Amino acid sequence: MRNSVLMKRITALALGLALTATVAGCGSGTNDAESSASNADNTSAASTAEKLGGQIVIDGSSTVYPITMAVAEEFKNEQPGVEVSVAMSGTGGGMKKFVAGEIDICDASRPIKQEEIDQAKAKGIDYVELEVAYDGISVVVNKDNNWVDSITTAELNKIWAKDSQVKTWKDVNPAWPAEPLKLYGPGTDSGTFEFFTEQINKKAKESRTDYTPSEDDNVLVQGIAGDKDAMGYFGFAYYEENQDKLKVLKIDDGKGPIEPTAVSIKDKSYSPLSRPLFIYINKAKMDQPQVRAFVEYYIDNAATLSEEVGYVPLDSYDAIKEKIK
Amino acid sequence: MNYVKYRKLKNSIFHGVIFCITLIGIVILAILLIDIIKRGVPFLTRTFFTNFPSRFPNKAGILPGIVGSINIILLTIAFAVPVGLGTAIYLEEYAKNNRMTKFIKINISNLSGTPSIVYGLLGLAVFVRTLGLGKSILSGALTMSLVVLPIVIVSSQEAIKAVPQYLRHGSYALGATKWQTIRKIVIPSALPGIFTGVILSVSRALGESAPLLMVGAATYVSKLPDNVFSVFTALPLQIYYWMGLPKEDFKDLAAAGIIVLLAILLTTNAITIVLRNKYQRSIE
Amino acid sequence: MTQSVDAAQNRKIANTRIKRMKLSNTIAKNILFLFAVITILTTLGIIISLLRDSVGFFTEISIKDFLFGRVWTPLFSEPHFGVLPLVCGTLLITLISAVISIPVGLFTAIYLSEYANKKVRKVIKPILEVLAGIPSIVFGYFALTAITPFLKGIIPQTEIFNALSASIAVGVMTIPLVSSLSEDALRAVPDSLRQGALALGSTKMETSLKVVVPAAISGISASFVLAVSRAIGETMIVTIAAGARPNLTFNPLQSVQTMTSFIVQASQGDNPHGTVGYYSLFAVGLLLFLITLGLNILSHYMVDKYRKEY
Repeated sequence: MRNSVLMKRITALALGLALTATVAGCGSGTNDAESSASNADNTSAASTAEKLGGQIVIDGSSTVYPITMAVAEEFKNEQPGVEVSVAMSGTGGGMKKFVAGEIDICDASRPIKQEEIDQAKAKGIDYVELEVAYDGISVVVNKDNNWVDSITTAELNKIWAKDSQVKTWKDVNPAWPAEPLKLYGPGTDSGTFEFFTEQINKKAKESRTDYTPSEDDNVLVQGIAGDKDAMGYFGFAYYEENQDKLKVLKIDDGKGPIEPTAVSIKDKSYSPLSRPLFIYINKAKMDQPQVRAFVEYYIDNAATLSEEVGYVPLDSYDAIKEKIK
Repeated sequence: MNYVKYRKLKNSIFHGVIFCITLIGIVILAILLIDIIKRGVPFLTRTFFTNFPSRFPNKAGILPGIVGSINIILLTIAFAVPVGLGTAIYLEEYAKNNRMTKFIKINISNLSGTPSIVYGLLGLAVFVRTLGLGKSILSGALTMSLVVLPIVIVSSQEAIKAVPQYLRHGSYALGATKWQTIRKIVIPSALPGIFTGVILSVSRALGESAPLLMVGAATYVSKLPDNVFSVFTALPLQIYYWMGLPKEDFKDLAAAGIIVLLAILLTTNAITIVLRNKYQRSIE
Repeated sequence: MTQSVDAAQNRKIANTRIKRMKLSNTIAKNILFLFAVITILTTLGIIISLLRDSVGFFTEISIKDFLFGRVWTPLFSEPHFGVLPLVCGTLLITLISAVISIPVGLFTAIYLSEYANKKVRKVIKPILEVLAGIPSIVFGYFALTAITPFLKGIIPQTEIFNALSASIAVGVMTIPLVSSLSEDALRAVPDSLRQGALALGSTKMETSLKVVVPAAISGISASFVLAVSRAIGETMIVTIAAGARPNLTFNPLQSVQTMTSFIVQASQGDNPHGTVGYYSLFAVGLLLFLITLGLNILSHYMVDKYRKEY
């Protein structure tokens, strides 16, 4: 008798819990609609277009990630019904998924390679390439580093070459202290890694290996910001975003030291590390209304959002708009 | 005489020293909680619970993490409890004391000691790839069910063991079969204990992040999941993501997320304690 | 006459009902057995999925090169797959965390079981339970935002990601594991042993250290083994606080990568399905599984032994 009473109580409790969970779910759902409605006021481009659904799966470069993230966040206010997921596996990792048809859009910090084009063709995948902004790979050191302001490409090569024997700053330049040099850099699937090694070591993907690699540039920022003897490289936006913690080096490619700035990146005088950033879109997926809407939204807002997150916008996006018409 | 005094003194000193050592864990817990509360509380606003993650710390919220975690937990319970309870009933009521039973028991204790990341690898290979469920809530919940299964089994076993034998005998004497006895006598009497196990596994599933990271929970989702194949994020993963961002504000945001996580965990623990007390009283 | 017909019919009904009851009992038994089999299938699933994808790895890299190679650079243009740096990182973290969790846990257990009065126990035990229930991601946060800055304040050359900070967090996390299992073992020692020692004029300390602890030693060591096993498998703390550089070093102030943190890093998209890099994930997972399996069996054996004593 007592047992059955107890059982009823427990069942009631379980039901109560389940109910609470559902109510919490519903409650938060309505709140969400509210908050996105209030957010929509912030975006000037709030059009009253039809409400879309469906999914958009994006992966690829962590360098391009901040722009795509910002676009996705603003796009959510416009089209709350569309499920956008953004991941960062590096340009190489994203491309491998892209050419296999697993994702709709690939962020890329380098142009697609011939072998990737071939793989895409074999799978019957056609793509659209869109330039979205300019970047200058920034070589950064700790804020407290007071012995170096600029570095030559030859010195960079000496540090990052495949069989580099450099262990301390002094090994690079006798004027620098004999402190151990701690290196941070992007992971090997990163377009930044490929571009940097190609420009500095003259062969893509050839690099020393005893450094802390990460596909997530935030980890690199943390590492360099926390270590006085550290050096590393990544996309310009991650430097802009964390200027208070990092110091950027001027790069001397034989024509005097140049600091990466919006101007020097745009006119390519920040050489050899200036480069364009891309997104690649699976052409077949462009027929899906939510993907098309997202891409159009991306290009319409690329100028403001890429600048906001710290990159350098193109002079004009008209040619890009032509490409997706 | 002197020697006795010396030994007594040594004993007192030892008493003091191990008391201080005992306090180490408590002091660290206190420091940890104070540190997190100090950092996180300013971010615990209403919008924190209703917004999506954002690149602006003061607009960022944890809603998808909370909803994702609730989804994962409900599904995990739905998978793990029937299987775990069934296994416990089998082992305690039906199984003969043979090699097979012994093997199953050893196997369960090994499973409970297997690192959760290994379950993550299993989930990646089996649920995400082989069965093609993708990086979905379903994959995450199935993986999580396997992680908590040993907890459900062991606590249900304890609860069933604690049911007094005379209740079973009474039932048999009335002509009931084993299954009827289990259904009508054993399970109802063991229910509070079983429920304790369920809550224990809920708190485990809530805090566990490595397996979900392996089956590919997304770092950013723009929409709440609407079915079991949706991509998802979870509370601990959202915390992990914020922790990785270099800006201090995001670290404080992570602390706010941790406060939410710990608050839910403490609530579930409190429920366990209340139930345990009730259970003990009802047996008396 | 009619009465006996009724009786026969009743018996018939009763018989079919009993049959049905027996049948549902058999069905239930078999279904429950199948549930129990799921636990075995889980283990099999782990072993098969780890082995299947490891085979792809070991066809390209010999087991000897894997186990004894000193360089781990699976993601570079000239990859090396020597797992020693990862094992070394795991070992370093495990050792330091054990230096914290084992003595602190054991002495906490001695205090709670032998010295503390009921009131104190009632306060301390639930607090330790709370500590045990804190998710590892919280300890990871604590390591990165509190322990590491503290260490850097004392020893400036500490790297931002370092093994020591992670080890301390892992050690603190495993204190309750050691203390609660050791306490169980200490409490299982019969009181007659304590009374005998006290009657011979021993102090409480002598009784605890020379009589009770030795009597409970197998249970206590089982708790040590479990703590070590837990530290080896710990993932989030080391991923967050210890860094990601495969480093053959025993310097705890440097950044290291453990087996678990490599698995996390490599699973985050660096390695697409089908490459040696992807398979290396499972090879490392297999090694990790085998190590923890060995330790679990060891602790099981120890607990069994200690149960037999009383």
